Amino acid sequence: MLGSLIQQTVNALTIGSIYALIALGYTMVYGVLRMINFAHGEMFMLGAYVAFLVLSMLIGTVGGAGAIALTAAFVIAIFLVGVIGVGIERIAYKPLRNSTRLAPMLSSLGVSLSLVTGIQILAGPQPVAFPSFFPAVRYEVMGGTVSSVQIGILIAAFALMFGLHFLVNRSRIGIIVRAVSESRPTAQLLGINVNGAISMVFFVGPLLGAAGGILYASYYGIMTPTMGAVIGLKAFTAAILGGIGSIPGAMLGAFILAFVEVGGTALLPIVTHGVLGTEYRDVLSFAILILVLLIRPAGILGEAVSEESIVYKREF
Amino acid sequence: MLGPNGAGKTTLLNSISGVARPTAGSITFEGRDITGMRPEQVVRLGITHCPEGRQIFQRLTVEENLVAAHIRRAGRSFEALRAEAFDLFPVLKERRNSVASRMSGGQQQMLAIGRALMAEPKLLMLDEPSLGLAPKIVHQIFRIILDLSRNGISILLVEQNVQLALECGDYAYLLNTGKVKLHGPAQEMAEHSALSEHYLGGVNETVLHV
Repeated sequence: MLGSLIQQTVNALTIGSIYALIALGYTMVYGVLRMINFAHGEMFMLGAYVAFLVLSMLIGTVGGAGAIALTAAFVIAIFLVGVIGVGIERIAYKPLRNSTRLAPMLSSLGVSLSLVTGIQILAGPQPVAFPSFFPAVRYEVMGGTVSSVQIGILIAAFALMFGLHFLVNRSRIGIIVRAVSESRPTAQLLGINVNGAISMVFFVGPLLGAAGGILYASYYGIMTPTMGAVIGLKAFTAAILGGIGSIPGAMLGAFILAFVEVGGTALLPIVTHGVLGTEYRDVLSFAILILVLLIRPAGILGEAVSEESIVYKREF
Repeated sequence: MLGPNGAGKTTLLNSISGVARPTAGSITFEGRDITGMRPEQVVRLGITHCPEGRQIFQRLTVEENLVAAHIRRAGRSFEALRAEAFDLFPVLKERRNSVASRMSGGQQQMLAIGRALMAEPKLLMLDEPSLGLAPKIVHQIFRIILDLSRNGISILLVEQNVQLALECGDYAYLLNTGKVKLHGPAQEMAEHSALSEHYLGGVNETVLHV
């Protein structure tokens, strides 16, 4: 019992930290632009594909890569996806910045479709086996099984989140990003580099999302062009649950969602005597999304519904 | 810059700082046409707009508000400018790590002015800095505004408190329905009967209606 509890906790932490990496991108973009970036799930997918490409270019193959090649591929891939994120913002969102709120969101749907289709054309629609970025060792902890891949994912994800925390709270560009998030008009009036702050968010968000994608693909050993869709929605749910626009909220929401999912999936068949099986996991996650939107639309750490969001509804 | 509500004072400041685009006419600063320039360009030329209602970044600390507003250019370092702001407003130094929303209205106004100074303005435009503040705090803030003016920063002040504005200012304009109705040295304006007709008269009228 204790063993399976430990095992399920580690499972939840692993999937939660991957959700958190992606949810951060949604929440940061919403913070500065009040926009939902529907193409963000595709940054997760691109992370895996770009890492695969970089790895095969570095060592000619993807199997049996050493730790140095894997680390290099990871770092180069997340950096490249960050650059792609900045490029997408310039091409697809920036020209629409002074348009209606809906326009950049629709544009992001278009970007999402283009990226998925583009990868399907370039790499094929079929799933591709993904090399593990961590040595596969299984540990027995009080009867439960914990893999080194999970530990590696946790370490990498927490290191990245700590880095983000430092960047946002301690660095000059982080302060500017928070100022722009709070009031873009005031930031503009003061001559603050608003475009720089927006580019920064569109670099860091996709970078973290790509890291999530590499970790996820390496956890399950597979990547597909459509892998970003459901995970993207889950991470979006996590961001809404925590309070969209709030960075700690995104992380909190991600872990709550992961614990509910893992716990619910383990308990549902027992509680309902097998009527509802583990396949109801996604129903559970999205039921949370609906409940949050009904009961507390601002999320756990989000601010109370402001006048601005009323204006925002009117624009639709 | 004096005038009743809706006279166009804030619109004028917004046009100068590039937030609003004028439909006609031109704006010249130091012999240079700045009409239609974007706010970030205007700030870099040396015009800083300290907006109505202070508009400080509530979720940032005092220090972070200053960091955000520092414009990197060939000018002075952040540390030097911050030291100057702290000299002017010692309370900002005391509360440098406080979240701005926790500060009183007067302190927030001081932060708004301190923040505006981080861009090293040659012209500082202040939109109703006395709004909602106790008389004692208003006097403290106006004393500092006068100091800034003596230190060589040009001040364009929009103010509802006519008496105070005319005491502090060198030159005054009376604006109504978007047009300059009257202008002259502040002292002369203070004695001008037309001022009370245009401005204070309007106020009395409203009082009568109420």
